[in-house]
Amino acid sequence: MKKTLVILTRNPLSLIGLLLVATVVLSAIFADFIVPFPDHQGAVVDFVNFNKPPEWPYIFGTDLVGRDLFTRIIYAYRISLALGLVVLAIAVPIGVAIGLFAGYLGGWTEYVLMRVTDVFLSIPPLVLAMSVMGLLEPTLTNGMIAVTAMWWPWYTRLVYNLARSEKEEGYVLAAEIIGASRLHIMFREILPNCVPSILTKMTLDFGFVILIASSLSFLGLGVQPPTPDLGSMVAEGAKYLPDSWWLTVFPGLAILVAVFGFNLIGDALREILGVEEQ
Amino acid sequence: MNVPTLKIENLKLGFDTYAGMTEVLHGISLHIGRGEKVALVGESGSGKSVTARIVLGMLQSLKTARISGSVFFEGIDLERMSARGRHALRGTKMSMIFQDPTSSLNPVYRIGTLFKEVLMRNEPAITHEQVRRKACEALADVAIAEPERVLDSYAFQLSGGMNQRVMIAMALVNNPSLLLADEPGTALDVTVQAQTLKLMGELVEKHHTSVLFISHNLGVVREFADRVYVIYKGNIVEQGPTGELFDNPLHPYTRALLAAVPRITGGGIPDIADDPSAFLAPLVTHSGHSEKELLA
Repeated sequence: MKKTLVILTRNPLSLIGLLLVATVVLSAIFADFIVPFPDHQGAVVDFVNFNKPPEWPYIFGTDLVGRDLFTRIIYAYRISLALGLVVLAIAVPIGVAIGLFAGYLGGWTEYVLMRVTDVFLSIPPLVLAMSVMGLLEPTLTNGMIAVTAMWWPWYTRLVYNLARSEKEEGYVLAAEIIGASRLHIMFREILPNCVPSILTKMTLDFGFVILIASSLSFLGLGVQPPTPDLGSMVAEGAKYLPDSWWLTVFPGLAILVAVFGFNLIGDALREILGVEEQ
Repeated sequence: MNVPTLKIENLKLGFDTYAGMTEVLHGISLHIGRGEKVALVGESGSGKSVTARIVLGMLQSLKTARISGSVFFEGIDLERMSARGRHALRGTKMSMIFQDPTSSLNPVYRIGTLFKEVLMRNEPAITHEQVRRKACEALADVAIAEPERVLDSYAFQLSGGMNQRVMIAMALVNNPSLLLADEPGTALDVTVQAQTLKLMGELVEKHHTSVLFISHNLGVVREFADRVYVIYKGNIVEQGPTGELFDNPLHPYTRALLAAVPRITGGGIPDIADDPSAFLAPLVTHSGHSEKELLA
């Protein structure tokens, strides 16, 4: 772990990624201490200072009801990161478990599980998430459910392929012969050998989950006002382009910074852990 | 003679394929007495490894496999045992050594952890200290100088020869009564291979373990085995004590096999197979070494 961090700081690109992600994560955690107007995360109205271009103390300007954009972006990071964490924490175990069962057991288990996975993979992700959101109320929790529903099949496919190749390795045969149970072989022998690939994909995906969640709220299907969210901030500001450019540019850049940072780290991890591109 | 550790009677194996049934074993019979080292020799695809798989009960669960005949382990018919009973034998009373030692050890665990798992097969409640002690003893037995360091290493940090010895130590740590060795050390260079096999020979004698040694390497077989079965296309074609079989091969196939061994003195590749059909001639036994006489 320590060694990985050292290698990460050596490569300029991954160092940039590390710095970007660290900035995003730290500002989200310590939001209460950084932001100039903590109460602006909620339903506050300040018509004296509404729609102001960037100027002190509103470094990113203010929105249409006079709330500080910088404050709202930092709090939006909090929600995006929490959403990314929850989605991956649910989608990855589900996807990995299904992939292991399908890849190792084979036969009809593989057939059924992989066909179901294929059905999910064949639907465009955003459409799937939108239809889930259409069925449910647009809230943060339901946004998580929608994104999770479209995310697990990718892990199933990744782990399925890995498990199928690891299954032929000598140590799996050795474990079978010595009498290890199937569950033991799947989760104690094969899974640890898949961890580098899973970890790399998770890092890359963290950025994409944030992006998809933003797309959903851009379409009005995610977090609802007054809760700050990068996607809905961009959508709101887009109506006032190009005059009130700060309303879209800063939230957009915020999305870019987070996604770009996670991608750089993911690429670096892939190289360090020697994971082949899928 | 007392009950042999392993007795295979008229074992037949076929696989159902789309094109009908492919027969792999045409009814082989062999046995291994207690503490005996028996070699099964043959070319690739002759049915050596599937025999071992059947003994371990790994093919029985395959739907396309058609198996007939019987396998007795210490006098008990494996066919009549429950799946659970067969499962209990693996890793405790039967164990196996493979061709490539390095790939057979999971790269994400330390050797010590792997030892623990093997020992827990026999004694689920074993403590960490007992594992260390037993594993160290087992490693010392295979002439590993720093067992403590090896236990804390990963397989990829050790040499192929070391891994092979670790495998042997692991295979014997539960005192199995039968060891199946499927071309052990083929992935190693010759000197290391010779050393490890010598070590393995000494160890199985110490543990009174019977060995089914599967190989295509005649030189190794001659060094290691007490008796030899020669298998060709799913039939045992010749059987006898090692010395006699090597000095006086009776079956045309055995003769061709022995002639195919490269000589250190040179002379190029020998002419083989004037008549391959002769290889299919029925089983030849050396006097006093037919299954009937040995098991009487």
